[in-house]
Amino acid sequence: MIEVRSIYKSFEGQEVLKDINALFENGKTNLIIGKSGAGKTVLLKCIVGLFTPDRGTITYDGRDMLSLGKKERLLMRQEIGMLFQNAALFDSMSVLENVMFPLDMFSTMTYNERLQRARACLDRVNLSGAHNKSPEELSGGMQKRAAIARAIAMNPKYLFCDEPNSGLDPQTSLVIDELIHDITCEFGITTIVNTHDMNSVMNIGDNILFLADGKLCWEGNKKDILNTDNKTLNDFLFSSEILRHVRDMEKK
Amino acid sequence: MFLVNSIKTFGNYLILMGRVMSRPQRWRIFFRQMMREIYQLGVDSIPIVLLISFFIGAVICIQMKLNVESPWMPKMVVGYATREILLLEFSSSIMCLILAGKVGSNITSEIGAMRVTQQIDALEIMGVNSANFLIMPKIAALMAMIPILVIFSIAAGIAGAFAIGKFTGIMTPQDLIVGLQYEFNQWYIWCSVIKAIFFAFVITSVASFYGYNVKGGSIEVGKASTDAVVSCSALILFSDMILTQLLMQ
Repeated sequence: MIEVRSIYKSFEGQEVLKDINALFENGKTNLIIGKSGAGKTVLLKCIVGLFTPDRGTITYDGRDMLSLGKKERLLMRQEIGMLFQNAALFDSMSVLENVMFPLDMFSTMTYNERLQRARACLDRVNLSGAHNKSPEELSGGMQKRAAIARAIAMNPKYLFCDEPNSGLDPQTSLVIDELIHDITCEFGITTIVNTHDMNSVMNIGDNILFLADGKLCWEGNKKDILNTDNKTLNDFLFSSEILRHVRDMEKK
Repeated sequence: MFLVNSIKTFGNYLILMGRVMSRPQRWRIFFRQMMREIYQLGVDSIPIVLLISFFIGAVICIQMKLNVESPWMPKMVVGYATREILLLEFSSSIMCLILAGKVGSNITSEIGAMRVTQQIDALEIMGVNSANFLIMPKIAALMAMIPILVIFSIAAGIAGAFAIGKFTGIMTPQDLIVGLQYEFNQWYIWCSVIKAIFFAFVITSVASFYGYNVKGGSIEVGKASTDAVVSCSALILFSDMILTQLLMQ
């Protein structure tokens, strides 16, 4: 479980996050949604520790991340898996080496055990045929799946995904969403997904946070979202013709 | 303003070097990375070093013959001057200036591309000291390879001078050999190697600093590469002046 309390973050005097409070529970897919520039990525980067917030606390199962020592923070990072917007696979390594990399760095397993674990992770994301390919030989969806395999290689307790569906077609997006959701339920991990893909919201949104202008405007789940009377959220959601149609169908 | 920015940049460079100069998290992976870098930065540079040194050696020999030799000077002076130029300046300083262009821009663009595609963020998230993991093997690899490149450069330069003497007939190989051996001081080779090791550190660390701090996209990566080469060249020339004074006293 991750708890965020009164987070503020500004860049060169401009406040990007204002008093964000949120609770992200285990075994649930938590989505952060909002328009571009709403502060989603900054919030995610604050939570994972790539940015240090100006004020506030972030606790991982009761451990205050911001007050941890260097060594403890390093150990905690090994409990985190992250899927980046553009997958961020290492160009100089093959897909298998990418997945093995965190194991090579931090595990005490033997080479064969590491190899088996990496293969199992790649099988889990249906990439068993791509072990020796280099990242640029893969399609966008395959790169995302390889990045998920790398993120889960160390059996993380926390999984973060920054816009996992950007640049993917709706069908592949669905595959990635389901994979993230299945892994979250299967391993009981705390997952936070940053997205503005409404299909993801409707498919896997166990807990949804809506950010607007750096503030938390709404919180709920995928069932509540269609019936909300929050004007800012409605303006954001129903700018899509399809979602308007879905809402009308639900009402009927 | 320029002074403040320069001090700030130097401070950031020192902070980065502080992170780089820590103990590698996994020695096995460090040595694997280092071997890769030895190949990429060192072995891949051998052809260009040989090629440039060979022709520069030949050109120095021609220039010496045309401009320095006179009836009242011994014939071996051409070989002597060629050797001194190659040993004292060309094979260390000028060759490192050339390497700053080749190796420096390569390092900046590689690390810069990793920064803009979030690969460095991915390392940090995993708990890897990205500065140490990416930069330390490059520094160690080039510092290990540079003495070999210096020796290759000296040898190729002398071979160039010898070839031009033999095939154009501007001087006899015997005169050249006498000049090359005349009052040979072994310390000059050590000076060349020491200077080149220092320049190797400058090239790799400064180029890595520019790449590591890239913000933006591909245009910024290109700009950082250019800035890195300019800074490396200026620093090599400046430190060459100090090192030469210190080593040759």
